[in-house]
Amino acid sequence: MSDNIFTVNAPLSGTFYRCPSPDEPPYVEVGQEVNPGQVVCIVESMKIFNEVRVERKGVIQKILLEDEDPVMINQPMFELEAK
Amino acid sequence: MFRKILVANRGEIALRVIRTCKEMGIQTVAVYSDADKTSLHVQYADEAVHIGSHLARKSYLNIEKIIESAKKTGSEAVHPGYGFLAENASFAEACEENDIKFIGPSAKTHRLTGEKITSKKIAEEAGIPVTPGSHGAISNPDEALDVVKNMGYPVIVKASGGGGGRGMKIVHHDGELNEVLGIARGEAIAAFKNPDLYIEKYVKEPHHIEFQILGDESGRYVHLYERECSIQKRYQKLVEESPSPFLDNELREKMADAAIGVMRSVGYVNAGTVEFLVDENKKFYFNEINSRLQVEHPVTEMVTGIDLVREQIIIAAEGKMTIDQNDIHQDGWAIECRINAEDPDNGFMPSPGMVEQLIIPGGMGVRVDTGLYQNYEIPPFYDSLVGKLIVWAKDRPMAIARMKRALEEFRINGVKTTIPFHSRIMEDKDFIKGNTNTHFIERFEKARS
Repeated sequence: MSDNIFTVNAPLSGTFYRCPSPDEPPYVEVGQEVNPGQVVCIVESMKIFNEVRVERKGVIQKILLEDEDPVMINQPMFELEAK
Repeated sequence: MFRKILVANRGEIALRVIRTCKEMGIQTVAVYSDADKTSLHVQYADEAVHIGSHLARKSYLNIEKIIESAKKTGSEAVHPGYGFLAENASFAEACEENDIKFIGPSAKTHRLTGEKITSKKIAEEAGIPVTPGSHGAISNPDEALDVVKNMGYPVIVKASGGGGGRGMKIVHHDGELNEVLGIARGEAIAAFKNPDLYIEKYVKEPHHIEFQILGDESGRYVHLYERECSIQKRYQKLVEESPSPFLDNELREKMADAAIGVMRSVGYVNAGTVEFLVDENKKFYFNEINSRLQVEHPVTEMVTGIDLVREQIIIAAEGKMTIDQNDIHQDGWAIECRINAEDPDNGFMPSPGMVEQLIIPGGMGVRVDTGLYQNYEIPPFYDSLVGKLIVWAKDRPMAIARMKRALEEFRINGVKTTIPFHSRIMEDKDFIKGNTNTHFIERFEKARS
């Protein structure tokens, strides 16, 4: 992985959701530029919904999970290229 | 009697039901998701059926899959436990349509008790005291203002489809009322598919006290006394006990009669709970009916010696109960602590993961209901409740001493749990005195910080 590629990892284990609710579009798509503090997904752990935010500015290169997939703590969920 | 029962749940409550079935000589069928292949309920049951992915919606909430599993295994009845489909009228109906006995009240009863406005109206018509407020749903802001004018702030806006602390908002003045109604209606539609809202006077410093009732098809009702459930955080109970240190015998009798009165008016069959709020002047108000076996049912079992799941199964199978009010006594004192996989020192954040060490407390008067075992991986997909520690003793001081001792023995390493938090509650002066209204935890946490 080159220096300007970074990942957003799961802060805790649970279920990965790409959308704020089932009727709404995903938070982010591949190719989209995101800013620090922007929400990129939700990880539900034990019925608690946790919004996950990016810490650095970047462009989404890959989304490593499907909506509603199980996710382990520290598992990479997004790959981004730093801007 | 049934030959085979499917248990439509997971974790400690699935084990709880399976245990009684075994004692009654009834075969059991467990259902499980991808995340529960190694769970104890799967190992304890006579048969196990895989029903779907880790998502509750696709497994433990999947009515079609569960009915299909019951039919495939020749199960004559389904026990829903608590949570998941326990209070789902469509599930009870699906069971009825497929000639599978749902161990709980009828679909019709679930519809009625699920509508909080309707059940409050029924209670009121039966002469049971209810919290002052709007009679029925509020249709516009002017009507809401009228209701509030007669009783004053603060008031609480509730969703008819809510309950159990969900869909509630406190309003302190006229300026907030309109906005709160708008937000609450939106949320009620999204969460409960039911836009109906009602308004109640906010009861100050209330105790949450509920009565366990059994009813059968011949119209007989008995009560198994009360549970004091005031120790709550964000409307989630943490510690429960029976008896309630707040009630005297006269009030206890009155509330028990009221609880039976409500259940009789509903035509409730099987085990259910009537919840009351009791204010500082010991005035009580009907709050809601919980149409299921409750998490905290063991405290009732410990003081009465009656196995509630056994009674549920007998009522479902035979239509009538075998116990009489004269057989039911409230003997001694029981306390339950809910053991959640949460970090009490970090905002009660979920703490799923591997149980690296487990030591279960023992000795006289100690009961532990849990699905945990050493090297079990607590999945992050379901409720954080992983166990219940229940103690019984002759009186309250002895029960508190026993709970303290049992909590000290209880070791769950690898994940964070509420065990140390409970140890601190057992040392709290107000708790020891029995001063435990629903604001207890707020004050307790403030005093620590």
